[in-house]
Amino acid sequence: MTEETMIASPSVLETRFPDAVKRDERAGYEGFIVEAKKLIEVATALRDEMGYDFLSSVTGVDYIEEDKMEVVYHFYRSTGGRSLVLAVQVPRKKAVVPSLVAVFPGADFQEREAWDLLGIKFEGHPDLRRILMWEGFAGFPLRKDWKEPFYVEDQKPFGNRWPGGEVHRIEDLNQYGKNVVYPKGFDNPQNWKYEEEDILYENLQKLANEGKGEFATDQVVVNLGPQHPSTHGVFRMAVVLDGETIAALKPVMGYLHRNHEKIGERNTYLHNMPFTDRLDYLSSMSNNWGYALAVEKLLGPKGTVTERAEYLRVIMAELTRISNHLWAVGFLLNDLGAFFTPSLYAIQERELILDIFEATAGARMMCNYFRFGGVSRDLPPGVLEKIKGLVNDRLPRKVDELDRYLTENEIVRSRTEGVGVLTPEDAIAYSAVGPVLRASGVPYDIRRADPYGIYDRFDFDVAVRYHGDVYDRYIIRIDEIRQSLRILQQAVKSIPEGSVLDKNPYNVRVPAGESYGRVEGPKGELGYYLVSDGKTNPYRYHVRAPSFINLTALEKMCVGQKVADVVVILGSIDIVLGEVDR
Amino acid sequence: MYGKGIVKGLLVTAKHFFVSYFDDLKWIGRRYYKPAGLEHRSSKDVKGIFTVQYPEERVAVPEEFRFVPFLVYDVQEDGSHQDRCTSCGICAKVCPPQCIWIEQTSHPETGRPVPEPVEFFIDIDICMNCGYCAEYCPFDAIKMDHDYELASFDRHAKHIFNKERLSKPAEYYAGIRPENFGREEAIRLEKEAKKAAADKAKAEKAAAKADAAAE
Repeated sequence: MTEETMIASPSVLETRFPDAVKRDERAGYEGFIVEAKKLIEVATALRDEMGYDFLSSVTGVDYIEEDKMEVVYHFYRSTGGRSLVLAVQVPRKKAVVPSLVAVFPGADFQEREAWDLLGIKFEGHPDLRRILMWEGFAGFPLRKDWKEPFYVEDQKPFGNRWPGGEVHRIEDLNQYGKNVVYPKGFDNPQNWKYEEEDILYENLQKLANEGKGEFATDQVVVNLGPQHPSTHGVFRMAVVLDGETIAALKPVMGYLHRNHEKIGERNTYLHNMPFTDRLDYLSSMSNNWGYALAVEKLLGPKGTVTERAEYLRVIMAELTRISNHLWAVGFLLNDLGAFFTPSLYAIQERELILDIFEATAGARMMCNYFRFGGVSRDLPPGVLEKIKGLVNDRLPRKVDELDRYLTENEIVRSRTEGVGVLTPEDAIAYSAVGPVLRASGVPYDIRRADPYGIYDRFDFDVAVRYHGDVYDRYIIRIDEIRQSLRILQQAVKSIPEGSVLDKNPYNVRVPAGESYGRVEGPKGELGYYLVSDGKTNPYRYHVRAPSFINLTALEKMCVGQKVADVVVILGSIDIVLGEVDR
Repeated sequence: MYGKGIVKGLLVTAKHFFVSYFDDLKWIGRRYYKPAGLEHRSSKDVKGIFTVQYPEERVAVPEEFRFVPFLVYDVQEDGSHQDRCTSCGICAKVCPPQCIWIEQTSHPETGRPVPEPVEFFIDIDICMNCGYCAEYCPFDAIKMDHDYELASFDRHAKHIFNKERLSKPAEYYAGIRPENFGREEAIRLEKEAKKAAADKAKAEKAAAKADAAAE
């Protein structure tokens, strides 16, 4: 079935489900609206009959004026192509939608997130608990009528900054803020129970004892984290151990949650750019690109990117990928117990890349380099020569050295081969992306599958490995560094002269509509879902964070493995908590 | 052969170990505490360790490096300070974390806004060093600094910088960002020349008109 038959009018989907599916007629929207009752049926047909087997993003939007909650699904084919968008609309007061976890297990965390932040109930979800907010939080913060403590105004810029300029520290005004709501019974902490914590352990036990009947052996519940150096941040894995073997595992996250999306809805379009740097703080250039892409899609012809800027974007994003993978490989070895020698050899090279970012964008990590229609500034004199020296001379040498250093090492191999295996079917079902997906034998790379920017002009291979274990997830990163270097060598050779940004207005106005911009970040598909109502601030701003959704498959990879390997498996997914917790 | 991979890896480690000494010997007396040595250590040709002995030696920050903003003033011929800021409020509007507060006043008689801020505050605890204020300022009045050593013993009052603390002369700006400064000066001079030419043409026209009227 071709792409055209899906978009054609009437499309295959409409003829197949005449009374359940209709085209989304709102201006600027391009998907289909599905009856909530028929959602599972439609999704199953999409997966089994039409090839849309990859559920990329699930999120909710609160249309308060129409008194509706909308759940938006983005489907893709794992063989490549454009997206298919489904939307389910339910009344705000009774926001209940059937859960897709049974059809697409990758919806698990995303549905929990939508429940947590928007209060949309997913019927049939096996473990619908809060995921990012704390256990006793009252209210649903992404609903439009929810206001945060120290609330000033709905939208920036705030009126009290200018021309009145009454400066104060917010903490001095009101110690607790105005809008703090506590859950019922919270006033007496002695009687208040962390119910969700009990449910977590109950579910874990249930998972661990599945199919064991009365012969269940004695098991131990262990919490790995949240404060543990191996978890790459503040992240917790609640684990049931059967001897040394993992019987069940649940990730617990949200310790670094700051409601990036609510902040994003208060911000103007331009304000959001430096905030995206702080998602995956190791690869801010890619984060910038995803967001710029989503806004440029909405802007239409006004968002056309200049030629030189397109090249600069590719150069910066690929340098970011190299630096991120160097970091990931180095710290995977740390997780294996090879303390700091390999990781320092790897991140030493990263240092030279960060110097380039600093000279160009002004900061080593929080680059804030992209603008709508280009990049903020051109390369300063001498920097292109530096990049050329790195990508043609130093980095290829150093990658080969790293390869020689680690790849054949018998200890590394015996610790990683056959550990944490994820089959290709599972990888697709669990919506795994990036190196995790490609190490499982699915050659899916957005730069090829759904090209953006000018990636269609470059000659490179999609790195793919077939065992799906930790070793392959290590080695695929080395492969990807080599491919990135190939792209870079072509880009620095053919970069044209010219302007990098034609217009740079500070008050960007975006036509109404929705858009989903996605890039192949170093960690996988990074998507931004935007809904604009034509004002200066996004109506809805959602980030599809690759490391967050890759964690859905963590349990699948870990069950049956030894407890000592859990840390390695987590390391091989390469998470950054700034992005997981948002 | 089992163990070959480990041996290969150890050879790499050994190479790193010896090379750092070779590089030290090759650059003996020049590698540390000298600008040339520092440059070598952050170039692609470095072989040994990268370590910079901060604070005894500091990496020279590139021109585009950005840290907490400052306000630029021009020193007039009579020695007085002329703020470039006109309190238009664009920086306060584009500031993503909204850490800029500007107090504008109006002339007591005419009621029109005075083109100089009465007060200007930046809460540097909130500032995220994104550089938008400098990028979007139409008067080149606010720029990003290079001074990254801002530690203080008091985290309350001292971290809200006022106009006095923020103001720095244009010479300082020219010192830290010579390229940018040169570019902006060129544009400004060009604009001024254009304006002067337009004024001159206008005056001539008016004079001609007056002459015609007199005749």
